Amino acid sequence: MIWNEKMECASRDEMRAVQTIRLKETVERIYHSVPSYRQKMQEANLVPRDIRSIDDLCKLPFTIKNDLRDNYPFGMFTVPMSEIVRIHASSGTTGKPTVVGYTRKDLNSWSEVVTRSLCMAGVHRDDIVQVAYGYGLFTGGLGLHYGCENLGASVIPISGGNTDKQLQLMQDFGTSVIACTPSYSLFLAEEMEAAGIKKEDLKLRVGIFGAEPWTENMRREIESKLGIKAIDIYGLSEIIGPGVSCECEYQVGMHINEDHFVPEIIDPITLKPLPAGEIGELVFTTITKEGIPLIRYRTRDLTRLNYEKCACGRTLVRMEKCKGRSDDMLIIRGVNVFPSQIESVLLEMSETAPHYLLIVEREGNLDTLKLMVEVQEQFFSDEIRQLEALRKKITHKLQSTLGISVDVKLVEPKTIERTAGKAKRVIDNRKL
Amino acid sequence: MIIKQLTVFLENKTGRLNEVSQLLGISGINISAMTLADTSEFGILRMIVSEPEKALSILKDAEFSARLTDVICLNSPNEPGALARALDILSGESVFIEYLYAYSMDNKSANIVLKPDNIQKCIEVLQKHKMELVSSSEMYKI
Repeated sequence: MIWNEKMECASRDEMRAVQTIRLKETVERIYHSVPSYRQKMQEANLVPRDIRSIDDLCKLPFTIKNDLRDNYPFGMFTVPMSEIVRIHASSGTTGKPTVVGYTRKDLNSWSEVVTRSLCMAGVHRDDIVQVAYGYGLFTGGLGLHYGCENLGASVIPISGGNTDKQLQLMQDFGTSVIACTPSYSLFLAEEMEAAGIKKEDLKLRVGIFGAEPWTENMRREIESKLGIKAIDIYGLSEIIGPGVSCECEYQVGMHINEDHFVPEIIDPITLKPLPAGEIGELVFTTITKEGIPLIRYRTRDLTRLNYEKCACGRTLVRMEKCKGRSDDMLIIRGVNVFPSQIESVLLEMSETAPHYLLIVEREGNLDTLKLMVEVQEQFFSDEIRQLEALRKKITHKLQSTLGISVDVKLVEPKTIERTAGKAKRVIDNRKL
Repeated sequence: MIIKQLTVFLENKTGRLNEVSQLLGISGINISAMTLADTSEFGILRMIVSEPEKALSILKDAEFSARLTDVICLNSPNEPGALARALDILSGESVFIEYLYAYSMDNKSANIVLKPDNIQKCIEVLQKHKMELVSSSEMYKI
């Protein structure tokens, strides 16, 4: 089923007409209500009337994650706080979270795009959807939740973790759709096996997986172990949350809800737009958002676009699975981790800046993060319990800053390789 | 009375201990006592050596994490119950021991190297009870 045929199957000309109107409105609004945008446009010698059609999008200045940080917490909001009905946040580059605000209309748009995504995935109102994304500041849980309600499906708002309960409710309630990170779905499959639950005992038929990168091999594994169709959903809180794009049943790229979020692909070095089909950095402009509209927001995700009509009948442009990042952000168990966050934690601890190395592994199906820190003179103690206490202190601080647990290992000075130029801080051993 | 113990932080890795002993050996530094404490993540090597300051700078030049720690050494009769008597005195006076290691070279006496929480108090207590402490020069010479 196609939820909004008018938009999802519009011709290119119809789509461009809608995008043009909405872009012009958005630019007009932010120019007059966000000083930092006005300043950027003035620096580029632009006024709102210079933007006459969607083709003029490439004239506008970019927005990056740091702009959100510099205007922390609410400086980029274009409406008074009385209009904001929801606030979400995700981790930022230096510990300060990236904050986004939604008006009532924004929440409705979000529900709309998630509902469309669910329909693409083949979910319908008779389904029982277990939402095992985290509920809270993270957009995953509540994003899926409202989309399911809007569709009319039955939602189980179980949130993340608590695997025993997840499995129990899956059996007792007859869950037919699971929404979680792909790695957690494989973890569930393992736990099922351990508990002697067979996929035939469950009614699961669809999984909506996102918030972290995953491969076609993982898809095959999930599909065979759980006996479901595994659908990739994409989103980021800055743009709206999950539902920016989603795969349809044909699983040939994620349809972008481009009447809300206009995508571009740019060369991350020259910042010039690239022709359709070339791989580059994905950039989004939100054209319906009221709370915090973003112009040409650089996602740092690398992918390419395909404008051909899909076998499902939709004409919405499709993006491929992301091929990597143009910055050093790591996504670990759905959580964004920047090496700079770890560095600032180590710097804060009154001991001098130590050398460190981050090692990311996938053990079983869960990502693990190991931090090797060199023991400097000032760290070094004669007593084991003091070294253990130091290790615990670092572990605890990282846990509270990053929101995920880190295995801290103390190593001897000078054992972490020094390189000329940019230090090698991260080894990602996950085979993605 | 106070003895400078050489402490080295060792990652759990093959060959690291060997490197330390070779470095000290070629520099003519003798090790009179040593103990290696291990955890799942790393080890701590503690040694009494003939020239602690020199040994420290040699290891630091070789980029080991090393330091000198103040310890004392108690000379105790090599007979059943001797250790218990000494520890009884210390615990009776609330001296807390972080760690200790001991060795004997004949059947007359044994040396017990102690790292108390309060080294001055520990020395006073032991002297008050006429316990024999080994001087640092004696220790380094062994």
